[in-house]
Amino acid sequence: MRFLTETFIIFRRQMRLNLRNPAWVIIGLAQPVLYLCLFGPLLEPLAAQIGTTNAYTFFVPGLLLQLGLFGALFAGFGLVAEWREGVVEAERVTPASRTALLLGRVLRDTVLLAAQGVVLIALGFAFGLRGDIGGMVLGLVLTMLVGGACSAASNALALTTKSEDVLAPVLNSISLPVLLLSGILLPISVKTGAPQWLETVSDFIPTKYIVNAIRDTFTGDYATVTTMWGIVWTIALVVAGLWVGTRTFRKENA
Amino acid sequence: MIHARGLARTFDTKRGREKVAVKAVAGVDIDVAEGEIVGFLGPNGAGKTTTLRMLTTLLTPTAGTATVAGYDLAKDPVHVRRSIGYVSQSGSTAREARAGEEIVDHGLLYGISAKQAEARGRELFDQLDLAGMWSRQPKTMSGGQRRRLDIAMGLVHDPRLVFLDEPTTGLDPQARANLWTHISDLRTKRGSTVFLTTHYLDEADALCDRILVIDHGVIVASDTPDALKRQVAGDLIELVLADPAHVSLAAEQLSNLVRAGAADVAGSLVSMRVPRAGIELPGLLRSLDAAGVSLASIEVRRPTLDDVFLTMTGRSLREEAGRS
Repeated sequence: MRFLTETFIIFRRQMRLNLRNPAWVIIGLAQPVLYLCLFGPLLEPLAAQIGTTNAYTFFVPGLLLQLGLFGALFAGFGLVAEWREGVVEAERVTPASRTALLLGRVLRDTVLLAAQGVVLIALGFAFGLRGDIGGMVLGLVLTMLVGGACSAASNALALTTKSEDVLAPVLNSISLPVLLLSGILLPISVKTGAPQWLETVSDFIPTKYIVNAIRDTFTGDYATVTTMWGIVWTIALVVAGLWVGTRTFRKENA
Repeated sequence: MIHARGLARTFDTKRGREKVAVKAVAGVDIDVAEGEIVGFLGPNGAGKTTTLRMLTTLLTPTAGTATVAGYDLAKDPVHVRRSIGYVSQSGSTAREARAGEEIVDHGLLYGISAKQAEARGRELFDQLDLAGMWSRQPKTMSGGQRRRLDIAMGLVHDPRLVFLDEPTTGLDPQARANLWTHISDLRTKRGSTVFLTTHYLDEADALCDRILVIDHGVIVASDTPDALKRQVAGDLIELVLADPAHVSLAAEQLSNLVRAGAADVAGSLVSMRVPRAGIELPGLLRSLDAAGVSLASIEVRRPTLDDVFLTMTGRSLREEAGRS
């Protein structure tokens, strides 16, 4: 009970600070919105080639995951700044649970991601996205979970390195290949003309299965093997992210 | 209040490809009684902050044991955290937050109710001359105000023992003097025990009942400021001669003051330490006059903690502080 209260205290404080200065929430949303507006129309004539009837039902799930990955992976920068202000240390010297210090922040990222996701989907509708509403909600939930996992891992890395100079190259070198190999912009499949080696490489990227699952849920196809694998990988990422995160935050001298 | 035995911390760092274990703190014994204000004095890098971080549960010691506020550091860190307040060098509040909200949230993390935390916070703001700052953002406060806000953060749960890490570093002289009053108030008005680190000698001298001198991770002295100063063996008399030719004559007269004493000569400056300069001066002046030595000036220096540090470690604390 105490643990939940502490998580909530941290979460509320973080939300208050973010809402007072929402610049980063808006900047985080700008990238996928730009993709939607400036790249989406190029996909429309290619819909049949990609293997879909509605280009946006294919494209918006990818952007959603991009939002989750990029937004949450860079959460660590905020923690480095907080550490520099002495806030992290001040919190660690209280009797509050260290896991609560992490979860309050992860929760913040998940909630902000949900808000950004709703805006993105609504904008998608304006462009011509159509699909199953219940499925979209499920897709959004999967995105939030992936975001939570990334946020936990990013916060752990930030607390370990305590340096933007280390964080920036590490996160950039992870996020860009992951993004491209997840098939967010175009499907990576031999059936739609991708070379075999590229498909083989992309098979090793968990987020590819998650994007495909979100695409299925958007069309209302829940009961597919693709959806199942997406959910399995999402849960695996959440478990891994939280494990690394709590381990780092509980370490006495982190 | 604090009893530490052989507390040590070793960090692994890389020198080139080799892994090297660096002893930041090489085993210190610390005893602080209830109601004391104890200063932890040493140059930058001596191990002050590392020791403080161990005593406040932020860093696990690699060796040694300690009880802090009655609880074992290793076995019961949560109770230690409940009983102590820690004011770090790096601050404790977000620049963009509101001061009052930060205090209340901090109190909530200690398990105090929101109402209590706010009442306590406002009371602390009044005591620390922060009245009217409740909804200000820390980024708009002066350095001194921010430091007092950090102290208020550390006191919101009414700790019996307060740790202050370099509380006045970076403040202007007025803000420092003002903060000193607040620090001594911690004991007189609240009955707290205070353990503070500093590399300012005047600060340790002005505030502390007792001083621990740390150098290279080892405590080299522990006593009251006055007793430490007495160890330096007396006051320094410095004579500047009007005529440098009389140097040996003056040195002889000065040396006569103390049995087996030998004055130092540097140019036209002749100096020596004597147990109590006040008693010696009248006789010294008379005998110098009789010997025909005329003085350009005479100066008596009481020993400072800087002299203590120099005697203990062979290095001046001011040089150290200036270098970093």
